[in-house]
Amino acid sequence: MSNWLQHLPILPILVPMLIGALLLLSSDSRHGPRIALSLLAVLLQLAVAGGLLAVAGGWVTAPWSGTIGIYALGNWAPPFGIVLVVDRLAAVMLMLTATLGLAALVYSIARWEKAGVHYLPLFQFLLMGLNGTFLTGDLFNLFVFFEVMLAASYGLALHGSGGPRVRAGLHYIAVNLFASLFFLIAAALMYGLTGTLNLADLPLRVAALDAGDRQLFHVAAAILGVVFLVKAGAWPLNFWLPAAYGNAVPPVGAIFAILTKVGVYALLRLGVLLQESGVAPAPFGGTWLFYCGLITTAVGTLGILSAQKLDRLAAFLVIVSSGTLLTAFGFTGTLLTGPAIYYLISSVLGSGAFFMLIEMAERNRKQGADLLAISFEAFGMESSRHDTEHPDEMVGVAIPAAMAFLGLAFVACVLLLTGLPPLSGFVGKFALLGASLTSLPHAPLLHVGLFITALILSGMAGLIALSRLGIRVFWDMERQTPHLQWLEAGPVGALLLVCLWLALAPEGTMAYCAAASESLYDASAYIRTVIPYPPEVVGP
Amino acid sequence: MELTLSLAIGIMAGSGIYLVLRPRTFQVIIGLSLLAYAVNLFIFAMGRLRLGAPPVITPGLGSDPALYTDPLPQALVLTAIVIGFATTALFLVVLLASRGLSDTDHVDGREPEEE
Repeated sequence: MSNWLQHLPILPILVPMLIGALLLLSSDSRHGPRIALSLLAVLLQLAVAGGLLAVAGGWVTAPWSGTIGIYALGNWAPPFGIVLVVDRLAAVMLMLTATLGLAALVYSIARWEKAGVHYLPLFQFLLMGLNGTFLTGDLFNLFVFFEVMLAASYGLALHGSGGPRVRAGLHYIAVNLFASLFFLIAAALMYGLTGTLNLADLPLRVAALDAGDRQLFHVAAAILGVVFLVKAGAWPLNFWLPAAYGNAVPPVGAIFAILTKVGVYALLRLGVLLQESGVAPAPFGGTWLFYCGLITTAVGTLGILSAQKLDRLAAFLVIVSSGTLLTAFGFTGTLLTGPAIYYLISSVLGSGAFFMLIEMAERNRKQGADLLAISFEAFGMESSRHDTEHPDEMVGVAIPAAMAFLGLAFVACVLLLTGLPPLSGFVGKFALLGASLTSLPHAPLLHVGLFITALILSGMAGLIALSRLGIRVFWDMERQTPHLQWLEAGPVGALLLVCLWLALAPEGTMAYCAAASESLYDASAYIRTVIPYPPEVVGP
Repeated sequence: MELTLSLAIGIMAGSGIYLVLRPRTFQVIIGLSLLAYAVNLFIFAMGRLRLGAPPVITPGLGSDPALYTDPLPQALVLTAIVIGFATTALFLVVLLASRGLSDTDHVDGREPEEE
């Protein structure tokens, strides 16, 4: 029983890698088997993520002692060998990736997969990169998985081709290549100073550095922090994001919703471990991160209000959710982290569903209709020709099922993304607000005030912008009812149902998130688990 | 030797950053390549500079670590070179696609308006 469970942590990386490679070998014309294979891979990942979630949560007897699991690749003991580390937070992120990946993949079967070449293998490699970043316990492997993820994302961002996509992709690739070079500089500096790349070994070695070297280490950590902030889409490093996300094809935009959270995750993970050594470099936490997140939220909110197209609006919503998370993680104390993880889950699922939904809603509309509508609004040239011509014709027309679904799903997405009851966005935001008020005696009053203001204002701005554009999209009389397929409506509906479930039964998830944050902040347990790894035989 | 190496890294990184900030896509890709070279040399230097010391255990030399240079940065450089090469090649393709689609090699896909 525990024999095969022991090998569970490597599967989220192996499965997409092998199946992605197999998909590369088969020709693009054999649709059926290729799709079946990709679906199988994602379902397997979902099952493995579920298993890891159960093992890390302590529902199933773990093959390792404690809640943190270790997988030593090739059975080489850390710190010299490379390890994968599974704790509750990593398991939650794996589950989130697999869920979103399944929805995006099913959605893309209907049409988007055929818009270009090699969509399915790239999709698998993207999942592999994501899973790897969440699991790895080694700084250089973090870089490698980042690169795997980014290389796949470059291909996916350009999927479908076309002028605007290539232009946005060019900026996206240039910025991220630049950031990757900085990652290398930081990793090399850290290795040069401490002689280790293992994330658990690093804080132990840093504590032993003398004052001069310690300053140099701070420089390295600052460079690394900047890299993660670029990935997280923090202001002022996020100008590439709206164009790249907004122009990507919808299922890719949906899976990109989790890409920014990778930066947030890396910041959180490394920040906690480095704080253990008594070194808390600036970008990894504290007031600095708090204000950075606050400004990001503010810029995202302004972007939401100024966006004239739904896909751009969705990209700005991703920035706002990133900013909110950075603010919460930079907040004094650790009380906010549990609710923030819950918020992360809900916002990733919500924005994923939203990216897919807007494309369905925008179908059959004239190009640039939004822009025209908004300039009409601004200049007071409201066109009223419909009302005057045939005033009675529209009365009593039955709403087509497709429109009803789209409308309901849109309302659900708006509720989710702006944090209004009764969906999980509200539960997440409410828990964040509650936690920030609870931490009041320890946290400065100014911070609490700013945090609450930012949370409420960004939600309100989202509501204004979404309802304005929603009216334009759904009450547009010139449109024809879009033709929907089950394969497209299904994933969106399923993601929203998951959010509904998260809202109806939040106790379990919330408790899990709280436990995840607790074990995350117990950095000494993480270090103890990774470093004194007895060289024992793993597996048969 | 230290001075030569640091000057080389510094000059390449400086030129790379200058070129990355230029408006033409070709300048950007050359800048990124120069930066990548600088970073690779930097990683190499982080294993400390040693002359004539092999990175892998050699039969005649014994197993004293002091006789060898640090092999890890060299392995890291290999990985970094491969990844850098692949992503640069990809960027080159996107650059050509952008040139083909927009008929200009400006990074924004259109020529700046003349004053």
